Amino acid sequence: MSKEKKKISRRQFVVRTALGGTGLLVVGAFVFKRPIRRALAEYADTVELFYTGSTDDPLIWFELTSENNVVFHCPKVEMGQGVFTGLAQIAADELEVSMEQIQVVHAASASGNLDLLSTGGSTSISSLWEPLRELAATMREMIKIAAAESWGVDVSELSVSNGIIAAGVNKTTYAEVAEGITDWTIPSTPELKPMASYKFIGRPVPRVDLIPKVYGTPIFGMDAQMPDMLYGAIVRSSKIGAKFIDADTSEAEVMPGVVQIVKEKDFVAVVAKSMYQAEVAKRMIKATWETDKDWNTEDIEAMIRVGEGHPVEIQKEGRAERILEGSDNIISAEYFSPIGAHAQLEPNGAVAHVEGDKATVIISTQVVKITRDEVAKRLGIKKKNVNIIPTYLGGGFGRRLHTPHAAEIAAISKAVGKPVKCFYDRIEEFQNDTFRPPTHHLLKAVLKENGLIEALEHNVSSGDVSYGSAITPPLVNPIMGSDLGAWRGGMIQYRGIPNYRAVSWRVKLPFATSWWRGLGLMANTFAIESFMDELAWIAEKNPVEFRLQQIQDNKRGHRLKEVIMVAAEKAKYTDTVTNGKAMGFAASTDVNTPCAQIVEVSIEEGQIKVHKVSCVMDPGIVINPNQVEAQCEGAITMGLSAALYEKMYVEKGELQPVLYGPYRMALMKDAPRIIDVTLLEHDTKPGAVGEPPLGPIGAAIANAVFRLTGKRLRRMPLQEELESLEV
Amino acid sequence: MSINLSVNNQPYSIDIEDEQTPLLWVIRDLLNLKGTKYGCGLSSCGSCTILVDGEAIRSCSFPVSYAAGKNIITIEGLGSLEKPHPVQQAWIEEIVPQCGYCQPGFIMATAGLLIKNPTPTDEQIDEEITNVCRCATYYRMRKAIHRAAEIGLEQNKEGQLDE
Repeated sequence: MSKEKKKISRRQFVVRTALGGTGLLVVGAFVFKRPIRRALAEYADTVELFYTGSTDDPLIWFELTSENNVVFHCPKVEMGQGVFTGLAQIAADELEVSMEQIQVVHAASASGNLDLLSTGGSTSISSLWEPLRELAATMREMIKIAAAESWGVDVSELSVSNGIIAAGVNKTTYAEVAEGITDWTIPSTPELKPMASYKFIGRPVPRVDLIPKVYGTPIFGMDAQMPDMLYGAIVRSSKIGAKFIDADTSEAEVMPGVVQIVKEKDFVAVVAKSMYQAEVAKRMIKATWETDKDWNTEDIEAMIRVGEGHPVEIQKEGRAERILEGSDNIISAEYFSPIGAHAQLEPNGAVAHVEGDKATVIISTQVVKITRDEVAKRLGIKKKNVNIIPTYLGGGFGRRLHTPHAAEIAAISKAVGKPVKCFYDRIEEFQNDTFRPPTHHLLKAVLKENGLIEALEHNVSSGDVSYGSAITPPLVNPIMGSDLGAWRGGMIQYRGIPNYRAVSWRVKLPFATSWWRGLGLMANTFAIESFMDELAWIAEKNPVEFRLQQIQDNKRGHRLKEVIMVAAEKAKYTDTVTNGKAMGFAASTDVNTPCAQIVEVSIEEGQIKVHKVSCVMDPGIVINPNQVEAQCEGAITMGLSAALYEKMYVEKGELQPVLYGPYRMALMKDAPRIIDVTLLEHDTKPGAVGEPPLGPIGAAIANAVFRLTGKRLRRMPLQEELESLEV
Repeated sequence: MSINLSVNNQPYSIDIEDEQTPLLWVIRDLLNLKGTKYGCGLSSCGSCTILVDGEAIRSCSFPVSYAAGKNIITIEGLGSLEKPHPVQQAWIEEIVPQCGYCQPGFIMATAGLLIKNPTPTDEQIDEEITNVCRCATYYRMRKAIHRAAEIGLEQNKEGQLDE
């Protein structure tokens, strides 16, 4: 039988068109800069990213084992978001295997199954929804074709279930069919099964990584080891912008267990027989650094101001600017958010082994390809000679969207000629974080006589998120002119308002700022949704009604309206104080996922206490309701933590604080006792899940505190702001 | 120096140059039990929580010499796949973990709490469970802690009936 040629799938065609389109827009951007940039911003606000790896060959995705199981080499990394489970459900349904028969592993870069971009932005499930089902269906058909061929029957006569193929009296397993086949017949992409026939998609199956995570199985980057491995410790400066000059290592050299000092042009490290010995010896190294300036919080605050830096209009409808200029009744307010740390529990590090012109790196990373390329570049070896083996991540949240330490640790391994394990300590992790940038927001509005909004404008000033980031394609920055990460969530979602406008001001800070779960979503939603609450109060309207009356009449609008109405109903929303508790409402739309939240808050001994959160979210098709609920519960509580307590500051050139505790985060005692999640599915495909529910929480809490105390908290962290207003 | 340890009911004799070495690194790198995690090294996050003579301690700040002759239980020794510890059973039922990195620490801290107080109230949980979870799985953890208490009581009852 001749080998059929696999068709170029629809999906690949679409990817090419999208890239081609961007290329054409480069020319346009310089001619019609403002409208084009606005159009691009609107597009970027709603577009769901395509999967960026290859989807040509099912055999690099699925490996059949002799036990009749399928090993799924997953190019997306598991960092808690449940992507291994969700993708396994999607694959299993088209593969016709049970969940027990599918084992998900991280695809090593050398396996050939390489995501060209990253795991992040709540895009894994939505971008792989179609390609993965097609790959799995193709794999299933490949096995069926081979079985049919060996039995001399037509493929249509076969029935398949749980990895077993049957036709009449014949019966065989996927494993038996696959044995010895080197030349598969690849059919054109098969028709996908109807939704109603799926057994796992849409069901709350337990996480595939549940047992290892409850029994302490070594699955994380920091658990990795190689034979004959040594332990390294790199000296990091505590100062912002410090450049390594030189180091006196004489005292460290004679410390117990020390094997070698490795001095490179950009860092110095000690290598020892144990991690503890390396850490102790590291403290004996006297490194000299060059810094330009000792930065302080005041310097940073002066930079993050609407009006400073470079503005780009990202949204415009009607004549908001002109109406606001000509009005004597402008309502306006300013909001602020602080520098935020990722504070993920597993610090960054890696185990690297360089042998000649080959390198292996085991690492927790969200960017496998970029890490591979950086290691190859530093060592001056070919990319294909570098194998990045990703592990489970002890938290991602955007912190591992650039992992340049992989190349440093590879350089140490090369210098000592052995495998080396090297990790940041906690203090270094806090001071060398790629922080959530601080923001300043200026909101202005004019109300009509009926109390609804005539014109609304949001200005946001933020440090960089996507600008200059390793994963942002180089052309995007000059084309957009603004930081699409910083203004995520910064557009006006109530498009029934006749005139509205959003402007993003870009500021480059002296320390690294980057992706933090939801990007600008939490800060922007805090500002806009607090302001909406202020406007409703001035207009003497119920805050929920006030919003519902200003939503546009289209699909996006209907989905937003629905989550708001269901939330109000579920939580029995009222804008009056009952038994010392008040409710606060807020909503956001992130990518295409609308989410509404209502919190119940009281103040106890001066502390803001969130008792209950009702959350209604519409991410479209839900693959695993239990895990989508888990993402909502986690995002809400992480958002509560950031909104109420978290804050980094800058003092004498150092980012502070450097420890859990002083960097106050929500603990068990601060977490809401009740989180009631309702999921709606008003779309024909799965959308973003991991970040959208982090949007409304900050504003919802601030709005509740206002109802409760009459104090308007316009600066996060809210607990500190409440205390400063009470003094 | 040589130190005798009992870890998960196994005797170990280890040679160590620095008796101030935190127990965490002995467990992880000498005994190769990687379930106990490094989070901060300064006793502030609880990722490294283990049981020493039935009491939950943070092993990153616990010199190995203090552990000599004591009964140490780590996540690997808490329960087995066949017979999960009530806390592990409850964690599985409630599908608690997300990234999972801090979870062994929370599970051990909870096991320690239930030894002292088999049926903790919400307020006691708030006071006693002070570890850090960045995925913020606290909502499910609280449910799982109450469920673990229930399972513990059920097992106790069955144990008494057996006798």
